[in-house]
Amino acid sequence: MSLDSKIPAGEMDKKWTDYKGHVKLVNPSNKRKLEVIVVGTGLAGASAAASLGELGYKVKAFCFQDSPRRAHSIAAQGGINAAKNYQNDGDSVFRLFYDTVKGGDYRAREANVHRLAEVSNNIIDQCVAQGVPFAREYGGLLSNRSFGGTQVQRTFYAAGQTGQQLLLGAYSALERQVALGNVIMYNRHEMLDIVKIDGKARGIIARDLVNGTLERHFGHAVLLCTGGYGNVFYLSTNAMGSNVTAAWKAHKQGAWFGNPCFTQIHPTCIPVSGDHQSKLTLMSESLRNDGRIWVPKKKEDNRKGVDIPEEERDYYLERRYPAFGNLVPRDVASRAAKERCDEGYGVGTTKMAVYLDFADAIIRYGKIEAGKQGLENVSEADIIKMGKGVVEEKYGNLFEMYEKITGENPYEMPMRIYPAVHYTMGGLWVDYELKTTVDGLYALGEANFSDHGANRLGASALMQGLADGYFVIPYTLGNYLADDISTAAIPTSHPAFEEMEKAVSDRINQLMNIKGKQTVESFHKRLGKIMWDKCGMARNANNLQEAIVEIQALKKEFWSDVKIPGDVNEMNPELDKAGRVADFIELGELMCKDALNRNESCGGHFREESQTEEGEAKRDDENYSFVSAWEYKGESDWQLNKEPLTFDIVKPTQRSYK
Amino acid sequence: MEHYNMNLTLKVWKQKNSTAKGNFETYQVKDISSEMSFLEMFDVLNEQLITDGKDPIAFDHDCREGICGACSMYIDGRAHGPWSKNTTCQLHMRAFKDGDTIVVEPWRAAAFPVIKDLMVDRDAFDRIIQAGGYISVNTGNAVDANSLPIDKKDADTSFDAASCIGCGACVAACKNSSAMLFVSAKVSQLALLPQGEPEREARVLNMVAQMDKEGFGNCTNTYACEAECPKGISVTNIARMNREFLKAGLSTEQ
Repeated sequence: MSLDSKIPAGEMDKKWTDYKGHVKLVNPSNKRKLEVIVVGTGLAGASAAASLGELGYKVKAFCFQDSPRRAHSIAAQGGINAAKNYQNDGDSVFRLFYDTVKGGDYRAREANVHRLAEVSNNIIDQCVAQGVPFAREYGGLLSNRSFGGTQVQRTFYAAGQTGQQLLLGAYSALERQVALGNVIMYNRHEMLDIVKIDGKARGIIARDLVNGTLERHFGHAVLLCTGGYGNVFYLSTNAMGSNVTAAWKAHKQGAWFGNPCFTQIHPTCIPVSGDHQSKLTLMSESLRNDGRIWVPKKKEDNRKGVDIPEEERDYYLERRYPAFGNLVPRDVASRAAKERCDEGYGVGTTKMAVYLDFADAIIRYGKIEAGKQGLENVSEADIIKMGKGVVEEKYGNLFEMYEKITGENPYEMPMRIYPAVHYTMGGLWVDYELKTTVDGLYALGEANFSDHGANRLGASALMQGLADGYFVIPYTLGNYLADDISTAAIPTSHPAFEEMEKAVSDRINQLMNIKGKQTVESFHKRLGKIMWDKCGMARNANNLQEAIVEIQALKKEFWSDVKIPGDVNEMNPELDKAGRVADFIELGELMCKDALNRNESCGGHFREESQTEEGEAKRDDENYSFVSAWEYKGESDWQLNKEPLTFDIVKPTQRSYK
Repeated sequence: MEHYNMNLTLKVWKQKNSTAKGNFETYQVKDISSEMSFLEMFDVLNEQLITDGKDPIAFDHDCREGICGACSMYIDGRAHGPWSKNTTCQLHMRAFKDGDTIVVEPWRAAAFPVIKDLMVDRDAFDRIIQAGGYISVNTGNAVDANSLPIDKKDADTSFDAASCIGCGACVAACKNSSAMLFVSAKVSQLALLPQGEPEREARVLNMVAQMDKEGFGNCTNTYACEAECPKGISVTNIARMNREFLKAGLSTEQ
């Protein structure tokens, strides 16, 4: 099989329009006969299920949470990009397209990114029409703010809860379709495998998590909108339940995996406080607009941050990158923090943290405030007080969250931050129509690989999830289903369903019967440590080779010594987790393999062997300008297929932020 | 922040499934760090229970950063525990001291049946949203987002109501198990926006009807819901919903 990305011919800015103009359509009476399965109800899944329901398809949607509203899109803080150019500051579809391809370090597919930029404006219109309460100016029009990697203000936001508001918008559209009978919603259900008939995806096996029953569900097509796999690192900003299982099952059934090693490590997260840590919390990128990042100039300096005088502080981002300073892109900021900590300049009890300091911003804003109010001879204490007020207005909810978690007051002492796993750019390989290498099986949102290359820009994940669900899949899916209108619903008594249900059931019983000594959680932690140490922010061939061996050993140990309490036919969160961790272990091996194969540095993927003299990432366009699409061949056995990347519009250059 | 370790006694509600009779079980946990979150303390306890061959405690949780609304523990007589404007997942152990006994129960409400231990079924909330918690606009129907200016004050008030996370603490905190705060937050969000205008009356009537059908109790204005709401949703939303409901009732009777 060869990879065909099915990118339409023609000029870049006409491709999507031409595609829509010529795509096959399904008439309304046929839509009623076609069934579509949507797995996952985050931004991509909820928007897809709602939009397809509105079109008249019979949709079944699944989520493992107790309600579709809890999908982890809900936690996105900062905002959503769109090329509206409401600020008259020179934005356009082309600029958003250009910034996204460049920000992705030239490892994304141009045509997909251009389409994303084109539909970005429709997303904002749609969300406002649904009643999403975006931030507004006093004139009643929408407000925008800046985000990393761009020079325009194109980010729409709802305080620090943009993901929540967008998801609740999509959720309400979804629930409306449930009420109308167009969508059947299955809460607390987990997809455990794909059913294929004659090479096409024709349904899923799902497990009702409340009573453990396995269910068969038919669909003319199956859409995976199941998010990213950052939890392979154990500690990440993902929700506890976020997992790779649906995507991994699809992969093992023939869906190739694109760029699995491309992981985004976000620079500003609350650091790990101890072995008990279960997850990491993000502090929005917007904080870097006003906060200054530093470490002491002296190694092992144990004084409190506030007691270290100005001249003994190293504002290392400002020192290394004078042009961008604290606003360098995420990958650069993360590596710089790691470098300082590895050299022994880290702060806090664990020494694995750097300071994010608002003292200067507080004084700056305080002085501006005093000026606004026409006050003279203001005492320093009053300036600080006014400055704190301004900072609170801008970042209050984040400061509060920081204080809840750490017990420290960030208005009085600098925040401690450290990078953490946040997003995975890699995912199932899809063509222009979002179809995987399995016919009838689609991947949307973070679950696919297509739009962010090797590094995602801030405020682009929400944009992509909603673009795929609201504005792309309703067209591309029709092009597939138009040829399927005479296929009657296949009864789930078909042998393919029976066999797959048996395979799923056997695997569950196998897990339950291991009856070993070690908990699921302990295996997950060990996997996370291998991945973080050897396939994390900096990678090299030796470490990756070691990691592969260690993961294979861990897999063996897991399948012979894991201990799962309880029974199959009841609510059993440990069993659910065991299945997910088993899949993470296999994925971890593939990520290391992919990272080992890609002997260049690009975006979030930093190979120590490929860096400039100053320690910056060095891309190798001659040898690695391709998408790695891994084909599953058997246990620990994959074949690498390459989709060459060509850049007709945005010519690759070395990114520099100095 | 100075941290310390503590030993605690936990009295936790255990219930095998929705039909089984539940009871409190007592557990001891040792060397709990004040830096842990409350749920991380439960993780420690569960690891210990699994290792000892006992049944771990089932509870809902997902994002662990106070926004998904999954976590739902009733701790020492308060929904989400002792800190105000806080979810269970963001409660940290420095709220407790060495030797404390902590009682943990699920949300108690007829409309929220227990699934297992501390996990309850909140599907009733989804059904209330299905009854009208939306604006009927199909994908692709929208006009330009800036074609409809909205007073910033209204937009901000709408946002405040929209920040509800649907956790159900308001119901758990209410002696009548009323869902008025949850329902009124959604009604308010949409009533404050011009986009919500065409369906305004039908929305409030249908959502209230569904709320009653689900078996939630009446509101007797004790404001326990607002006091325990992790997002600080205001009871003024209930007043607004009551006005909307009355107005809608009057106009549909004509």
